[in-house]
Amino acid sequence: MNNTNTSNDWLFEITPKNKFFSLNLKEVWQYRDLLFLFVKRDVITVYKQTVLGPLWYLIQPLFTSVTFTIIFNSVAGINTGTVPPFLFNLAGITVWNYFTACLNGTSDTFKANAGIFGKVYFPRIITPLSVVVSNLIKFGIQFLIFIAFYIFYYLNGASLSLNSLVVFFPLLIVIMGVLGLGLGMLISSMVTKYRDFSYLIGFGISLLMYLSAVMYPMELIKEKLPKYGWIVEYNPLAYIIETARYMLLNVGKVSVLGLLYTLTVTIAVLLIGILVFNRTEKSFIDTV
Amino acid sequence: MEKDIILKAENISKQYRLGQVGTGTLSHDLNRWWHQIRGKENPYLKIGDVNDRSTKGTSDYVWALQDINFEVERGEVLGIIGKNGAGKSTLLKILSKVTAPTTGSIKSRGRIASLLEVGTGFNGEMTGRENVFLNGAILGMTKKEITSKLDEIIAFSGCERYIDTPVKRYSSGMTVRLAFAVAAFLEPEILVIDEVLAVGDAEFQKKAIGKMQDISKGEGRTVLFVSHDLSAISTLANRTIVLANGKIKAIEETNKAISIYSSLQSSNAVFCQEPLANFPSLTKVEIVTSEGGTLHANGKSLRINFEINMPGDNYENLAFAFQIINNLNTGVLFTYIFDIDDPLCKKNGINKLSYEFDKLRIYKGNYFIRIHLANSKTREKFQEFDCCSLEVEMINQKEPEWGWQNNVCQYIEDGKWIVSE
Repeated sequence: MNNTNTSNDWLFEITPKNKFFSLNLKEVWQYRDLLFLFVKRDVITVYKQTVLGPLWYLIQPLFTSVTFTIIFNSVAGINTGTVPPFLFNLAGITVWNYFTACLNGTSDTFKANAGIFGKVYFPRIITPLSVVVSNLIKFGIQFLIFIAFYIFYYLNGASLSLNSLVVFFPLLIVIMGVLGLGLGMLISSMVTKYRDFSYLIGFGISLLMYLSAVMYPMELIKEKLPKYGWIVEYNPLAYIIETARYMLLNVGKVSVLGLLYTLTVTIAVLLIGILVFNRTEKSFIDTV
Repeated sequence: MEKDIILKAENISKQYRLGQVGTGTLSHDLNRWWHQIRGKENPYLKIGDVNDRSTKGTSDYVWALQDINFEVERGEVLGIIGKNGAGKSTLLKILSKVTAPTTGSIKSRGRIASLLEVGTGFNGEMTGRENVFLNGAILGMTKKEITSKLDEIIAFSGCERYIDTPVKRYSSGMTVRLAFAVAAFLEPEILVIDEVLAVGDAEFQKKAIGKMQDISKGEGRTVLFVSHDLSAISTLANRTIVLANGKIKAIEETNKAISIYSSLQSSNAVFCQEPLANFPSLTKVEIVTSEGGTLHANGKSLRINFEINMPGDNYENLAFAFQIINNLNTGVLFTYIFDIDDPLCKKNGINKLSYEFDKLRIYKGNYFIRIHLANSKTREKFQEFDCCSLEVEMINQKEPEWGWQNNVCQYIEDGKWIVSE
């Protein structure tokens, strides 16, 4: 056995501060089973003791789409072109829901898990990652209902066509998830000390929805509000939703530059999120 | 022979901010950040009081741990004892990476797994079996490792029959059994345990202690073990750290450490402290022994005088009690008085009160007094603290031929033998 106590044969060291940027991917990989089990737990327990069970996954987007169709299309008269307004809204809402679920779920990571984090160490990033993955399953179910309505409208003679770029749709969802994850980690870190942020996020999300082209085409806002259209245009979320509709319904406009911009913002948000999250995880238990 | 050091703590300190998080925190944060970007030292590290729960301090910052240095050898069971708030749990939290130290570092040659509180992450909706996997994964096992030990874990827990039932239907004892079973089959090089033995029934406690002895002796695992239960510490630990006010008082062989710890329980016959402004509080406790000082002869009369300060007269339902506790932290005697039965604190300011034992028959050994002052109706606790040590000796008693041995009993009664003709 090697018992020579040279100073550098320690397995690890616990120190006051993390390095400026340390994402220990090797460690996260060691805990991959935990990620899987957390996802399993979330899926198993979410609709326990409800009568409708996973049907709730479907009821919420359907009812929201119906409401939007009545208010924004029938009453306010937003024109969705050849695409049935209901399908237009359903596409936007499904993608938007994935983002909000990721953001909501990850933004109280530290607060909601203070009990368990205060007792055991495991890479904290597993928790927000599990939220994003388990919401992906929920998104999958909601997306199936979108496909069902798509086929329904198609068979009833609506002029619908997929864009060939639809093969990149999964990638778009990944970008959406990553954006939610990054933003959520950033907020969860700040919530640990200042609870103000958890109030902010509640109405912040509903405000953000109106700026994210969920229930109107991006072109429309530029046309109607030329002065403020740039807010929506520079919103990466709006761009993702617009792109999703472009892929699925072949409506709207998408540019390479816009996509590159969205991608850059997403990566930047993720990196900042990880950075802040790492700094927080070491001692958040003292302030939460 | 060279020592095989598996864990080394160097200058560990941990500072906490007292009070609530509010606007003051924000200004301190900004100030700290401002110092940091100019490359200066954190201004709040220089201040901070010693961690003493009962005295009022001047600073908003307190050192929960200060300058902790120790080494642990491979295969050793190290006990950690100290009064409430001495910093035991903070130390374990740092060791198990739950929170980071403010200064200093810990170096380790092995994986550390903690058992700070069993059942962490148990989900009531999931079955026992599912929870074994989830809990095991939280504690750092892979699915493969758990699968290979699943049968042993379930057998050890003794919950076979309920293993496919949701955990929310379990009794609390069963939950603890299952949780401890998962943790007992962890295989880290270093295991950190905090007070887990305080749960479960006697049979299971015995099983748990036995398992921990196996872990440390048979399997050569290193264990760090924190407990108030001095008898558990003395059976399990080879060496023990005594913590007091966030500092290491002693690192000694366990029996020696236990006696140092007992002597820490303020070795005075008289105990005085400042009154609290808003609550009833004890200002003085004095024991009057038969031999003077803290030494008392078994079977002689003992008187304890108390002074209680009442800050106002809105304190009905006062309940006052004290325990005499031995050096294994086991209470041997308890007595109380309720204000509703006997009005005990009639006026504002200092009220005097005494208790007298005609013949105090507790066996020879070291004891201390624990005070409880509370509202009997709302159960609000005003004060609970330890004070006044008491040393009982078998003076002026007819000595058996083999002498008075330690720990033979806790109490001697004055009865008589009747031998039939």
